[in-house]
Amino acid sequence: MCLGIPGLIVEISDADRKLAVVDVSGVRREVNVAPIIEDDAMEDLVGVWTLVHVGFAMSRIDEEEAAKTLEVLRMFGEAQEEIDAMMASEAMLAGDTPEAAE
Amino acid sequence: MTLQSGLATARAGRKLKADTITLAHGGGGKAMRDLIEDVFTSVFEPADMEDQARLTDAALREDGATLAFTTDSFVVDPIEFPGGDIGKIAVCGTVNDLAVGGAKPLWLSAAFIIEEGVEISLLRRVVASMRAAADEAGVRIVTGDTKVVGRGSADKLFVTTSGVGVIPAGRDLAARNVRPGDVAIVNGVLGDHGAAILAARGDMALSAEIESDCRPLNALMEAVIAVAPDVRCARDATRGGLASALNEIADAAGIGIEIDEAGIPLRAEVKGVCEILGLDPLYLANEGTLVLFAPPEKVDAVLAAMRSTPAGRDATIIGKAVDSHPRIVVMQTLFGGGRIVDMLVGEQLPRIC
Amino acid sequence: MKYADEFRDPVAARGLLAKIEAITDAIGATADKPLHIMEICGGHTHAIFRYGLDKLTPPGIEFIHGPGCPVCVLPMSRVDECVQIAEQPGVILCTFGDAMRVPGTRKSLMQAKADGCDIRMVYSPLDALELARRNPAREVVFFGLGFETTTPSTAFSIQQAASEGLENFTVFCNHITVPPPIKALLDDPEMRLDGFVGPGHVSMVIGVRPYDFIARDYGKPIVVAGFEPLDLLQSVLMVLEQIRDGRAEVENQYARVVPDEGNPASIAACDDVYEKRDRFEWRGLGEIDASGLKIREKYAAFDAERKFGIGYGASGRSVEEPEGCRCGDVMTGRIKPLQCPQFGAGCTPETPLGALMVSSEGACAAYYQYGGARLEAAQ
Repeated sequence: MCLGIPGLIVEISDADRKLAVVDVSGVRREVNVAPIIEDDAMEDLVGVWTLVHVGFAMSRIDEEEAAKTLEVLRMFGEAQEEIDAMMASEAMLAGDTPEAAE
Repeated sequence: MTLQSGLATARAGRKLKADTITLAHGGGGKAMRDLIEDVFTSVFEPADMEDQARLTDAALREDGATLAFTTDSFVVDPIEFPGGDIGKIAVCGTVNDLAVGGAKPLWLSAAFIIEEGVEISLLRRVVASMRAAADEAGVRIVTGDTKVVGRGSADKLFVTTSGVGVIPAGRDLAARNVRPGDVAIVNGVLGDHGAAILAARGDMALSAEIESDCRPLNALMEAVIAVAPDVRCARDATRGGLASALNEIADAAGIGIEIDEAGIPLRAEVKGVCEILGLDPLYLANEGTLVLFAPPEKVDAVLAAMRSTPAGRDATIIGKAVDSHPRIVVMQTLFGGGRIVDMLVGEQLPRIC
Repeated sequence: MKYADEFRDPVAARGLLAKIEAITDAIGATADKPLHIMEICGGHTHAIFRYGLDKLTPPGIEFIHGPGCPVCVLPMSRVDECVQIAEQPGVILCTFGDAMRVPGTRKSLMQAKADGCDIRMVYSPLDALELARRNPAREVVFFGLGFETTTPSTAFSIQQAASEGLENFTVFCNHITVPPPIKALLDDPEMRLDGFVGPGHVSMVIGVRPYDFIARDYGKPIVVAGFEPLDLLQSVLMVLEQIRDGRAEVENQYARVVPDEGNPASIAACDDVYEKRDRFEWRGLGEIDASGLKIREKYAAFDAERKFGIGYGASGRSVEEPEGCRCGDVMTGRIKPLQCPQFGAGCTPETPLGALMVSSEGACAAYYQYGGARLEAAQ
């Protein structure tokens, strides 16, 4: 449930109504930033990545946490690449199969 | 009253003085004559002045040539959008319907249903863009009609175009020809038109620099057929998008189709619109993008031919016909998982969840 | 797209899948004796099918598709009431596109629109507010629906309308909350769930603590998950690791978006605007205590139920589900969509009979649209 998309806040459009413009892949849309203002001034939100849902910036994306998760995922990727490489070299070593001999 | 008969009675030089269309412009009197003469025929320049277009072309007389005839009505909101307008679509859409069947488009008719209150300046822009698109496609708009309806009876402007073309002897492009192993190729990125219209409509308050792909495809088709006369079939992926075009082909040919998610060309902004609104780009409309099936040994030649034309610069392979799962289109996802790409159910609606 | 594409890497996915398979084997789960893992959220159901994850995970894992699709669980009586509001003179009814096709007993909003009601699809309640500002002579009603993710956006919009003194903006409130139906599912003696993939975007609002009871009281693992395919696979792996280790904890895979404490500003806005209903009907599940929200007296002027005198239950008792519809059994994991006799016969996305065929997030619609069954049959 609940489609949410990462977007970058690029501009404050109406500080009184807590409205800012986010950019999602080159598409821009005005969103309400009330959920993520915290103690900041509106203008400090420019450059913040946020999770956008139905026109509201619902959460700040935590770059550090994103990096941590990616690091774990990267390890799975690297481990898999090693396995792939091992299997490729095994296949090469097994080059004297009947198929290859033909 | 046709454009011709309007022109037959109204000689050159008539100028329309009004700024907006009123019911008088559909009344059959002088106002209508002025409208037809000043706005339509002065731009379309139909050669013949009788009540019907009289057409002749050497291609028609060739042995084994087939006449191709198609018609399509165009309604679009907004009338003008980045990359085109209703007039350009009306010409390109009908030209492309002929072209994808292997026909050389020659002549078009254009019928207009105009809501009273429409600005004459808008009509002029639409007509000018029709002429420009016709020139680009190398076709003539040779006959037409106008009707004016009361406010609320139509949404500004509806355009119907019919097209006549000739399929030279020996050409047989049809979905039933597709066989397993044939390769599916598109001429460019997908979904631009649908995304451009969504953004231009303003309901969703999205702004994005996306232009409709609206363009004639007959030059591209001729280039393809020149190098691969045995190209199996082509479909322009208009309403319902690529997914619907592929499903129609799979159904008609009784084959399965496999496409590769990683190979589907999409503009970043179109992806953005789709992510925000929860839409699937495979179902977004295109107005100048086709999918064709070529025999495997002709793929390189077809790709090169497509890329040599302006409409085909980004041509790319997206998949192939297979003998497993007949009549079903399957997309290999980025992870090697497969999922069915079905026909669109109803209309694609933006979603929050 | 940043924060999305990085989480779609196919090589890492294969690495995760290999690990998932190894742990599934180690636990001893097989196709005949599978682990039942419920993804609560319809967005996860959608992603599982969109990326074909159900076919990539080992047969020892069976996904049970939870009740987290707000459109699917919207009772027909509420659609009826919404149509009734849309039919009032002067009303502009604004809705998310999702709700357009949901059948009521009389008609859907799509049909009501065709019959002349002024119904507009919007992306955001902000767009409904803007319509109210621009059309002071009209009565703009926003069809508020969704779980905790969406609930704050409606609350903020009501607060905004109040601060502007808008007199022609109301909300027809159908907001519901995730934890009560999970508790109801866990209390079901027939329930056989081994763990949960928790709803990421609901959790960015409410945080992870509201799930404590799942681990503490019911001994089931739950991992709050993101929506990209790698997020889902990693979360499944984390659930499996808990099962293997005999742990039952609330873990957070989606920490880049979900703070443990949720979003305080949103929680405060919701507390200000809503109070719990005694009970609310969920299509396919029946009435669940304290699972729905209504607008507080303080904001009565923005409550469409009060303004139009169309309250919860005003249209009578809850409506019977169509004969033969087994959505409730699918949602509780008793049967798979394909085991429902109506699936693909009396019930298709064109003519949905039951809740789960209505939205593309519904388990049955996902099975039908993307699903393996027809593909396997064809092969």
